[in-house]
Amino acid sequence: MKQAGLVGGLAAGAGWAALAPSDWPLSLKDPTGELGKPKRRQLALPEGGYAVAPSKLHADLGIAHGVDMNAMVRGAIDAIGGIRRFVNPGEIVLIKPNVAFERAAALGATTHPEVLGALIRVVFEAGASEVRVADNPIESPESCFAKSGVQRAAVEAGARVYLPSPGDFELLSTPGAKWIERWPFFWRPFVGVHKVIGVAPVKDHNLCHASMTTKNWYGLLGGRRNQFHQDIHGIITDLARMMRPTFVLLDGTRVLFRSGPTGGSLDDVRSGQTVVASTNSLAADAYGWDALLLRKDKDKPAYLGMATESGLGDWDYSKLVLEEVQLG
Amino acid sequence: MSEQLVQPDWLKRQVARNRDGSPWYARKLRITTVRIVSQAFFFALFTFLLWATWFSRLGGYPVSLFLEVDPLVGFATALSTHTMYRWLWRGLFVLVPTLLFGRAFCNWMCPYGTLHQFMGFIFNIRNNKSRIHKNRYLSIFQLKYIILTVMLVMAAFGSLQIGLLDPICLLVRTFAVALAPASDLAHVNFAEVLRASLGLDPEPLALLAMKPGAPEQRIFAGAWFVGLLIIGLVGMNLVIPRFFCRVLCPLGAFLGVLSRFSLWRIDRDLTKCTDCDLCLRSCEGASDPHQALRKSECFVCMNCIDDCPEDALAFRLTPLPVKDKIVGDVKKGLATLFGQRVISKHAETEIRTPAVSKRRWVFAGAAGVLAYPFLRLSKSVNKRGFHEKAIRPPGSVAETEFLERCIKCDQCINVCPTNVLQPATLTEAGLEGLWTPVMDFSVGFCQLNCTLCSEVCPTGAIQKTSLAQKLGIGAYEEAGPISLGTAFFDHGRCLPWAMETPCVVCEEVCPVSPKAIGTYDAEITRWDGAKVTLNRPYIRPELCIGCGICERECPVIDDAAVYVTAIGETRSQDRSLLLETSKKATKT
Repeated sequence: MKQAGLVGGLAAGAGWAALAPSDWPLSLKDPTGELGKPKRRQLALPEGGYAVAPSKLHADLGIAHGVDMNAMVRGAIDAIGGIRRFVNPGEIVLIKPNVAFERAAALGATTHPEVLGALIRVVFEAGASEVRVADNPIESPESCFAKSGVQRAAVEAGARVYLPSPGDFELLSTPGAKWIERWPFFWRPFVGVHKVIGVAPVKDHNLCHASMTTKNWYGLLGGRRNQFHQDIHGIITDLARMMRPTFVLLDGTRVLFRSGPTGGSLDDVRSGQTVVASTNSLAADAYGWDALLLRKDKDKPAYLGMATESGLGDWDYSKLVLEEVQLG
Repeated sequence: MSEQLVQPDWLKRQVARNRDGSPWYARKLRITTVRIVSQAFFFALFTFLLWATWFSRLGGYPVSLFLEVDPLVGFATALSTHTMYRWLWRGLFVLVPTLLFGRAFCNWMCPYGTLHQFMGFIFNIRNNKSRIHKNRYLSIFQLKYIILTVMLVMAAFGSLQIGLLDPICLLVRTFAVALAPASDLAHVNFAEVLRASLGLDPEPLALLAMKPGAPEQRIFAGAWFVGLLIIGLVGMNLVIPRFFCRVLCPLGAFLGVLSRFSLWRIDRDLTKCTDCDLCLRSCEGASDPHQALRKSECFVCMNCIDDCPEDALAFRLTPLPVKDKIVGDVKKGLATLFGQRVISKHAETEIRTPAVSKRRWVFAGAAGVLAYPFLRLSKSVNKRGFHEKAIRPPGSVAETEFLERCIKCDQCINVCPTNVLQPATLTEAGLEGLWTPVMDFSVGFCQLNCTLCSEVCPTGAIQKTSLAQKLGIGAYEEAGPISLGTAFFDHGRCLPWAMETPCVVCEEVCPVSPKAIGTYDAEITRWDGAKVTLNRPYIRPELCIGCGICERECPVIDDAAVYVTAIGETRSQDRSLLLETSKKATKT
């Protein structure tokens, strides 16, 4: 009897679920087939991104020249107000280096591990509770992080490294973006993050002409990235719209001036002896174009102009306050 | 006082002497217990080494150890190449114990044997009568000797096929191609549940990931077949216990032939044995310990010793052949042996060699002699008409030598970080090259600064290759980089060539310097009348190393507009493309 009651109840429940009108609770009815389609949740980065309030007291572009990478990182950040302007005690900070390829640091295709290590230590000095390092490289992530030296530098400085794995991506919505309004984004390291800092090398790039701090955000996306080259400048403009970082660091310790963005020969690299810090990644990139890639006499990459027109910053650093320091 | 210390009853029972006066541990610490510990140890070691076969875990472990100690691998490659590569002398670790103890490897070390035994233990529930029946010798068990003979004859001709069924090769391959990816699929989903539903950090579970840091789920050509094969083979334990080990295993057959020389064997005391057949209850090898022990079939599992109620069986050093010493008629139960009454009705105590008739050995040999040309003359492995997608990993020897060496263990596939290495299907390599490694650039690409496959290859099909050698730098400057093939453009599918659309991802990712893919600036008048400049890519074949990253990253993903084929590979002059590389090949 008891069993019959259970079976009857289940049958009645199933009948309800199948036959009840679709707006009733627990209904399984799906006449159009829409309900049965998978729904991916969509996430958004915080309003205003991770930027801090602008300040008239400090330079917009902090430029440090020298050979001691530690000192240059510190000097460049100090020039734009010091790390405490950007990071508050107890915050979780995500640092995005460029680790796209499995190359030794000297080949200039990746962020220099010493620059990254110095940056992590500086961020910890401001009292950050956790520093994360994340990138979604082109080549196999473990090899890229290991062979570029980034893994070791990050771990030794006390940061936690996030390598992408298949479940780590979520659809990110970037309202107003031309191409990537909804695009798979390397979300896992961003959970609970308060501040985001980009640190990118200076690289030649055949199609977009230069890959620096703005193009660096490419490494946060997943999905069919190989379609981006069909409008690379539009995409980089979208990247500038997607990510409003706390600040960026341009790692001009080495300049990959040709055969970019992969390089592969020391002949393609020259020493730059410069680190630039800025809250304005377009201006940092424009400075890198002129002063590090030494292409002042050539037209700026189109994405700088497009992003400026879209109100995402201003590349024209001649209008900005520059603080240049020479260290050692 | 201290002797009076309280000893609980259960402990007293545990440590009480046996009825025959022997100490308690003689009851607890059976030789079969030691065997189970040994099996667990080697299975764990095997699993650990496969787990460690990954960029971030290698750390100097001998990850291909089990393949190297497999004496059939050493013997068969010695037949095919007349040499012993690198660590293959380690086969002695198994060979010497076999000459002493018989096929002990099968039930003490072999991870595949352990898997079968354990699965039988769990799923094959039978009563005693049925178990005894299932553990009697069957003539189908000869098949493994036929298989071994065919494979060794083919190896002598230069076609190495042992890996198809060698248990270590088979299990490593199954792990690499089917089990590890399946495990990672489960892992990713489990981590997702932890993160999304329970809000937990799945990071500590990374140790359970087989291939951590792989950005995409690994996929393999023919994984379904390799995976279903192991289900089928394990499932056969329900029909014939230890089906694979008894019927198919060429390594077991190899050790079975050698075990005729073994010094120790299971020996039956005719004056104690009552022919009750209870020794067959758990006999793993179906080696007839109740009559004449078939040395070639015995796995030395020692279960029969445990099961014998009369204590008639023991593992003895060079037991005497007793048959001639028996006085009287055994069948009538009147015989004596050294003055003691012979109880058993079976006077024979051992059969040394496999029960395969001479004519069957000859048949097997002849089958091997014929199978070799049948396989070799198939188009795919020939120098004319090789498959354009039979692209071998860097450091591979030329194709004919490759087929002398590759045991299809797929360790290279297991370690490959980008998933580019795939087990060849019949399409690329024919039956002869089935499951040998080929590169599929729609899945991955050969990473420039990586030589891991050459590190783990146990047989030198992929020769140990330094990075300098792969890249053609330093001492290898003159030889130039190792090229796997050459990239080509399909102008009909290429976006800038056919669709007036900018692209050149291929140029961007080309890893050599200077780049093997260049671009022209082409001023065109587009369909709408607009003047646009397109970068149109071209190949510089003398610089191309065939790494395939261009094909992997091409946005035309189903049938890439830039694709690599095997032509131009440096490992053989037969397949060179340019006069220049041909000249280099003759020089080195």
